[in-house]
Amino acid sequence: MAVTLEGVSNDQTFEAMSLPLLDQLYNFAQWLTQDRSEAEDLVQETYAKALKSFGLFQPGTNFRAWMYKILRNTFLNTRTGMRAATEPIEDDETMLPPVVETPETLMIQNVEQQILQAALAELPVSAREIVLLSDVEEMSYQEIATALGIPIGTVMSRLSRARRTLRELVRKKLEVKA
Amino acid sequence: MNCEEARGKVDAYLDDGLSTQDVRELETHLNACRDCSAALLRAVQWKKQLRAAGKAFVPTASFRQRIYDQVQAKPKKAWKWNWAPLTAVLAALVVATLLFSVHRQDRLTAKQTFGEIADLHVATLASQSPVDVISTDRHTVKPWFQGRIPFTFNLPELNGSNFSLIGGRVAYLRQSPGAELIFQVRQHRISVFIFQERAIAESLPGSAGDLHQLTFTMESWTQDGLRYFVIGDAGRQDITALSDLLKAAARS
Repeated sequence: MAVTLEGVSNDQTFEAMSLPLLDQLYNFAQWLTQDRSEAEDLVQETYAKALKSFGLFQPGTNFRAWMYKILRNTFLNTRTGMRAATEPIEDDETMLPPVVETPETLMIQNVEQQILQAALAELPVSAREIVLLSDVEEMSYQEIATALGIPIGTVMSRLSRARRTLRELVRKKLEVKA
Repeated sequence: MNCEEARGKVDAYLDDGLSTQDVRELETHLNACRDCSAALLRAVQWKKQLRAAGKAFVPTASFRQRIYDQVQAKPKKAWKWNWAPLTAVLAALVVATLLFSVHRQDRLTAKQTFGEIADLHVATLASQSPVDVISTDRHTVKPWFQGRIPFTFNLPELNGSNFSLIGGRVAYLRQSPGAELIFQVRQHRISVFIFQERAIAESLPGSAGDLHQLTFTMESWTQDGLRYFVIGDAGRQDITALSDLLKAAARS
């Protein structure tokens, strides 16, 4: 009996904590799936799973990262996600050499949104998700580490590689346009 | 720190991901190097554009509603289902109050008071806007009453209990203002009324156990010159538990 009572009072806490995250979770889901209806299914399943396992959430730890982690694990079990999971991820713990600015990269100052979005969509999922979590959702390295279930060192190296790939993609698109 | 090292740390700097030592060294370099500060500005600009481009998708209104319904399913249902029995209870209360007042002259005032409290509770449940101050935070609800009622009271800490605070409003009993607080336990709403004892005047018995047959359970007591009424359709156990929390809070 005590378990059910606890469960119901938890529902209200869950509601208050999870609903403000809906927009950003949805945005992330559509970036991952690249499809509206798949994104809706993914978010709906994420909320259902999170509500069911809310008892396992440890108060005081990062709730947002916990929700993203559920969303991402759910995604990896979908057909689109499984395909993404087969893409190779280069996780080199050593940091990449810094990008030396060439005249081309200097040009990247006022890039049209469309070009940026197209380049983001072209990134492999593992690169796309980490750039989104860091630059769009503005998560800390620690939050990203929790959401993706990887060590902080891997977050840093994967992020810097992903950013470099993204800049490279944008540069190519600008060249084609020019 | 040279330019090459500095450029390699710009992104992490903007991510707030550098050690204090690195931040200090990088800032020293940036202050002295125009090229690198220009690179930092470009990185800021890039990040800003990326953030705007990345916020590309918003849920549709209907999908948003679906998620809200999914998450809020339980309390919503209960609220809807309560309507029919509430009207019946309201009618029963009016009849019951009348019957009691005819038969038991000696206990008339007490009954009337409890009946009025029950009416106030039912009116709250049936109201479109049951509370005037909507907050689950007792530190918001309590100060709201300042200047609205002529006394002050303590609210219990509900963390770890099954109760949650929904909000409050000013209620009147015998033309005297008092506080009405609405709590929720599972799918039940419980009203807590607090009035000044001297405003109610007549002496009331400590507990209103007989009201239980009208589907409400009520508990009432006096503490430090204030008269408390706890009423709801929850079980005796819940009413007593909430009463105990309030009594403990009033003592502290």
